[in-house]
Amino acid sequence: MDPIKSVEEGQLKERPQFNVGDTVRVLTKVIEGDKERIQPFEGVVIAKKGGGARETFMVRKISFGIGVERIFPLHSPFIEDIKVVRQGSVRRAKLYYLRHKKGKAAKIKEKTFYNR
Amino acid sequence: MLGIKRGMTQVFTPEGTLVPVTVIEAPPGQVLEVKTTEKHGYEAVKVGFFETSPKRLNKPLKGVFERAGLKKYFRYIKEFGLPGQVQVGQELTLEMFQKGEKVSVSGISKGKGFQGVMKRHGYHGGPGSHGSMFNRAPGSIGQSSFPSRVWKGKGMPGHMGSEKVTVRNLEVLEVRPQQNLLLLKGAVPGPRGAVLQIRKQ
Repeated sequence: MDPIKSVEEGQLKERPQFNVGDTVRVLTKVIEGDKERIQPFEGVVIAKKGGGARETFMVRKISFGIGVERIFPLHSPFIEDIKVVRQGSVRRAKLYYLRHKKGKAAKIKEKTFYNR
Repeated sequence: MLGIKRGMTQVFTPEGTLVPVTVIEAPPGQVLEVKTTEKHGYEAVKVGFFETSPKRLNKPLKGVFERAGLKKYFRYIKEFGLPGQVQVGQELTLEMFQKGEKVSVSGISKGKGFQGVMKRHGYHGGPGSHGSMFNRAPGSIGQSSFPSRVWKGKGMPGHMGSEKVTVRNLEVLEVRPQQNLLLLKGAVPGPRGAVLQIRKQ
């Protein structure tokens, strides 16, 4: 077996399937002093990069009128859980164009499932 | 001992930080010969690494392994000035390395071909524009009537890379003797598949 894969395998965690354009709620563990609490970060996934243990995703949200983007390593032990809030329908792999859009133009259509 | 660079990836530490690692494959080596001062004039241990088929070897090399009497053939042979008692046939395994230990790794670096002074020696070069005409040139290479020549060791363009490089103080993150894998923090010389020499410090 490929030794790189065997090393990365031990790093992988169970993560739900989600795609670019989806709205997700990332529950991150925050360590304050000796206390640990969970802080959610909810926003749109605008990019996914890399593979294996090195896969990362970028979440964008508008917080008090200011755009905030955060990059998470998918298999980071600081991520307690990822919840898919809403599935979006997009035609691009990277949604960097959202940065220049405001208000309604920055909205993503919800994925519709026909034949179901 | 010797190993082969298999590539790099990233690993989460128990604290949760992501660190870069190099994965090195290093199956056990076997002692082929112990050289002594009386017989050879110096003390050393000859070790074979990476077993192979005798079909891949020429006759003189086969002779070396047959003299050792192990009925095993190796791809690489390396002599070490190891102190301590070893016998012919004894195995050198990854278990001699421990987690957290510092090691040094030597290997042949990636070849860069013929390179200019900016890449090869870190010279600053000139301005890129405004009609400078002095973009990546080395500039003056010496003084005037004294010394009327260029000092030895002056950095000039030429071949870069493909030379022996040693990286020291690499931390051992993990040893997996069952898989013959060694995980080191940071980068080591050479491309994937390069033969590396790993030493304790």
